Amino acid sequence: MTGRAPSGRVFALHAAVILGLLILNFVLPEYHRGVFSRVLVLAAFAMGYNILFGYTGLLSLGHAMFFAAGLYGAGLPVYHLDWSVAPAFIAGIVSGAVLALAIGFLALRTTGVAFMIVTLMFAQVFYLITLFFTTYTRGEEGLVIRQDLRHLRMGDLDLALTDPSLRYLIALVLFSAVLIVTLFIVRSPFGRSLVAIRENEERMRMLGYNVFTNKLAAVVLSGAFCAASGAAYALLFGYVGSGFASIQYSILPLLWVLLGGAATTLGPLIGTLFMFYIVDFTSGFMPAYLLVVGAALILLILFFPKGILGSIRERWAPWLP
Amino acid sequence: MTEIRTDKAVKSSGLTRRTALKGLGAAAGLMMGPGFVRYSQAQSAEPIRIGFQCHRTGIGAAYGRWYERTTNAAVKLINEAGGINGRPLEIVVEDDGTDPKRGAEVVEKFANQHKVDLVYGTLFSHVVTGSAPAAGELKIPYYVVSEGYHVASGKLNRYCIQPGITDVKAQVRSVAPWIASNIGKKVTLVFPDYAFGHDHRDFFGPAFQEQGGEVVAMLPIPPTETSFTRYFPQIPPDTDAIYHVMVGPAVLTFVKEMGEFFGSQGPALFGFIDSLEAVDLASPGLEFLEGSHFWEGSPRYLQPDASEAQKFYRDAVGIDENGASVNDPKDVSTAAHMFGCWETLYVIKAAMEAADYKGPEDRAKLIEATEAMTEFAEGKEHPQGDKTFNGKIHQCFGHQNISLVENMKLKVVHRTSIEDGIYEPEADYMTMPL
Repeated sequence: MTGRAPSGRVFALHAAVILGLLILNFVLPEYHRGVFSRVLVLAAFAMGYNILFGYTGLLSLGHAMFFAAGLYGAGLPVYHLDWSVAPAFIAGIVSGAVLALAIGFLALRTTGVAFMIVTLMFAQVFYLITLFFTTYTRGEEGLVIRQDLRHLRMGDLDLALTDPSLRYLIALVLFSAVLIVTLFIVRSPFGRSLVAIRENEERMRMLGYNVFTNKLAAVVLSGAFCAASGAAYALLFGYVGSGFASIQYSILPLLWVLLGGAATTLGPLIGTLFMFYIVDFTSGFMPAYLLVVGAALILLILFFPKGILGSIRERWAPWLP
Repeated sequence: MTEIRTDKAVKSSGLTRRTALKGLGAAAGLMMGPGFVRYSQAQSAEPIRIGFQCHRTGIGAAYGRWYERTTNAAVKLINEAGGINGRPLEIVVEDDGTDPKRGAEVVEKFANQHKVDLVYGTLFSHVVTGSAPAAGELKIPYYVVSEGYHVASGKLNRYCIQPGITDVKAQVRSVAPWIASNIGKKVTLVFPDYAFGHDHRDFFGPAFQEQGGEVVAMLPIPPTETSFTRYFPQIPPDTDAIYHVMVGPAVLTFVKEMGEFFGSQGPALFGFIDSLEAVDLASPGLEFLEGSHFWEGSPRYLQPDASEAQKFYRDAVGIDENGASVNDPKDVSTAAHMFGCWETLYVIKAAMEAADYKGPEDRAKLIEATEAMTEFAEGKEHPQGDKTFNGKIHQCFGHQNISLVENMKLKVVHRTSIEDGIYEPEADYMTMPL
């Protein structure tokens, strides 16, 4: 193994995961196929967060703004300007990437706790902006993107994004693209630089690396992934609301990544799935299900302190990326 | 071959009366058998299942608790009276956490996993808006009890209906004439600076101007604000009344600070009880509200002239004369809104009976049957009062109550007419495909 090219085992694992998810589209019961569609989109959000938190070691408390930038960047042009789906999706990604560039440029002047606070504050500003422009965004109530606008049209081809199977496949394409790019990044010299910055920033600086530029690139990549997830969410599920810009959606990707395993490529998917199903399952039994969810999370952290996949890597499979 | 032989046998021998009686007897015997009895009953009495999207947790939990109690009370009565089309009603509850994302997931769970006949009961506007796309895509009727203008605006889809509670636009238009006639012509609006507040801002101003009134100032309050004193100097001195629609925990601070700022010399106050639903009016700090007026959908306190239907409804839900739980006087209800659950369930019952609803294959017929409704008469099924229903915008119109705070209780001093709240429809769901 050269360290630059993925080993066969890593390739096989990721290909098997994608293939397995593809097969699930045809075998899952209807409800669970819908769940997986949402989870795959949100897992892309978590993977974007993981680039910055897991690999670069920067704990942001403001990633809801990047997800929401994609959500609004794609949703508002469709709602107000009747844009078609493809350019709206690109607009969503660009919105998130540009926002990440600006926020990164300012926030990366800080580190540690200060970085957390600065990102939290910027996200709060973004959230309040979505409320301030309620005339266009309908604020916390949000907007419904009509079904007839959620069609992907290419020449004679007309695909309704509301079709459950197609929606699943599009979510899988998004998830797979982000997963493959993430895998490529973390095994590239750039990805290794990010990990090295996380481990010892001063040494990297001493070795001649431009730490600021590398971290800024990580913020932009992370923001673009999260925005892609937000844009896909708006277009696939038809709702755009400021709740997605609130602090809750900055905490959730952190939780998903911590549960699945920070700095693991597949951990965010596992964490997102786990969180969804534990809420979905326990809420069917008792009103105080959040108590059970809390207890389960505490137990998980006690026995899997590095998250599910992180602990598996530590104990049994050190080759996991 | 067997069938042919049997045919021939019947033809050759003829079907005698004795044979027919034997056959009928045998069939009846089979029906009486333990296994078959269960099966045949299941065919005729299979419950109609309604998915109740409930705010059990999150910011809407107080509303959710009372919406659930009201729902259970109405379902018990409906079932005792024979159910719907001879079938019992069964409620399947899922908590949406008062969250739009979870709301959409819950609608999918109801449709695809619980296989309910319809979804019902949502209050908070953002949950309704977030869930509406899923309901439309799955073509499952979605009866909300939200009072938002989202349904009537035509921005949702044909499967979203609000037949049991009036919307904010009608409520605001209804109270405007009374304010202009009884409190004053110059009003300052104080509202939260997001969609709920903007609805009041956008709908009250024009309605008030039609009555010869004038909105002299508008004070949008950012949602993160915790202290309001700095806003009060912006209220013009010639203001006759402050129209306030603050919601959430900050309302207690808002009222207290306003009282401290104006003392007994301030303008009159008119508010929406939404701010203080499930809150005891005798709470410390709320004494400044004495003498002010509130909108109420249905009166919290039992009024001396309450109808028999209103008394029956209150007894069935279990609220005392102060609008609190009969089991706990401190557990104050959300009386101004929760009647909507009761009335919506009776609308669903009437629509299912009109559509001869059999199962999910009749969902489109159910929507059309609801759209065809025009009036709901006051009575035990509609204890808040009579209503009209506009099928084009899937929205009902009804009476509103204006109540005076007197001895820290609410006394209804005016009941608006249905016509006060009527407005021109801005949409027509009936032209949309089912």
